[in-house]
Amino acid sequence: MNTTVQTKPKAMLPDPDINEVSKPYWDALKKGKLTFQHCRKCGNNWLPARGECPKCLEADWAWHDASGKAKLISWVVFHRAFHPAFEDRLPYNVAVVELVEGPRMITNIVVEDAEKLVIDQPLTFMPAEEQGHGIARFRPV
Amino acid sequence: MGTNLSGKAVIAGIGATRFGTLPGRTTISMNVEAIRKALNDAGIEKDAVDALYVKCPTSKFEMMYGQRIAEAIGLQPRIGGVWDSGGSSNVIMISQAIMAIEAGQCEIAVVTFADNPKSGSAAGYSHPRGEDALYGWFAVLSSYAMIARRHMGELGTPREALGAVAVAARRHGAQNPNAQLRKPLALDEYMDMPPMVAPFGRDDCTLVSDGAAAVVVMSTERARKMGVPKPVPVLGFGFGQTGWDVTQRPDMTSTQAKVAGETAFKMAGLKPKDMNVAQIYDCFTITALMTLEDYGFARKGQIADFVKGGNIEIGGELPINTSGGLLSETGMPGMQLIHEGVRQMRGDAALQVKDAKHCIISNQGGVMHTHAALILGQ
Repeated sequence: MNTTVQTKPKAMLPDPDINEVSKPYWDALKKGKLTFQHCRKCGNNWLPARGECPKCLEADWAWHDASGKAKLISWVVFHRAFHPAFEDRLPYNVAVVELVEGPRMITNIVVEDAEKLVIDQPLTFMPAEEQGHGIARFRPV
Repeated sequence: MGTNLSGKAVIAGIGATRFGTLPGRTTISMNVEAIRKALNDAGIEKDAVDALYVKCPTSKFEMMYGQRIAEAIGLQPRIGGVWDSGGSSNVIMISQAIMAIEAGQCEIAVVTFADNPKSGSAAGYSHPRGEDALYGWFAVLSSYAMIARRHMGELGTPREALGAVAVAARRHGAQNPNAQLRKPLALDEYMDMPPMVAPFGRDDCTLVSDGAAAVVVMSTERARKMGVPKPVPVLGFGFGQTGWDVTQRPDMTSTQAKVAGETAFKMAGLKPKDMNVAQIYDCFTITALMTLEDYGFARKGQIADFVKGGNIEIGGELPINTSGGLLSETGMPGMQLIHEGVRQMRGDAALQVKDAKHCIISNQGGVMHTHAALILGQ
């Protein structure tokens, strides 16, 4: 007789949508490095990865290393999981940050109580790993 | 400079299904019911219709959906098809119909919408946002919550201001026999509600609803000749859009309601103070606050003072969402607001604003990506 307690298999996190253009970004993150795209024609910097510069529409760009300095644009705190993988993480925060170089991105802030964060407060990049992918988190300076 | 079309066209008829849960109904069937009722309301035969503008169901996109509706009502329209700019689609389609009528491309247009996310699938509202699911970035409501937090942090908007929108919608919806949620909400209850995606709780968020609603649009002249019993003139309309996702939007606290509203007010030759009632898209409480601000009802950052003390409730300076809006009547993306605007101008609303002469209606889509404003008169 099998008396083993059956536990629910741990839900997998949704994998990011990695394509030819965004692969270098994810490869760099895996090595703990945050990068962004820089347009060689007009100087625009952006994330997430795109094939063409959204400002001048040219496809002449390169990946640059970010300084890791950023500020907090806004954030929310999830008290409900919209995906089973996040059920045991509640409550967790998701934030929009702006790198000093200009690009904005979605991230999580590593902080005890996210309700104590303040709009525009300075942050710094903190490499992390989730399910074999490098990801970019930030923490207050 | 083009021709000013203010007052040249009317909403000649409105029709809707019941709102709430309509199990077993297809969106096609609901559209047909709404169209039938709108034609009856206008007092015209379907064969007079020569344009059919359709917003595709939000929860399920189907190719050539507009032509399926045309088949279901046995119509050979000159103009027909689907327009999708999210929740701004209905006001945009009404405006496009008016421009097409004026250009001689059609004479009588039906604009219609149906969806069944409540008895069908509402998965579209909780899917991952963009490529960032690994960070836990899910659901439409969290993007609006992100905007709300910025508005609160940057401009000092208190939660009580968000609450005022919910309280007004729920008070008005409670008196609407057709409303899906008829339970009034006190500000204290709002303030005590547990967070869902903070700063939002359940009462900040749209209902999820099945239902359909349609309108008939024609020229003022044609309505007079046909003896349409209760035509409501369209005095102004205007649009605005941003391509930027919330995460990329340089100014998170401004919306395209500004340009859309300015265009509509200019066309109508009216100002915000001329509005006696407003139907403001309230998919989330923050949306209504920012729309009122960008329409010019309050200075930026001072919307809390405008909405407090029942000022946006019946009896206040500008009653909004007098049939309950998306927070109380039905989560339908916008057509119900147009219907209530029409009823207020006809003077036969369940919760009628006394002597109301002008009504502004907002429709908006995506996460404040697209906006359309409509001004109705008498």
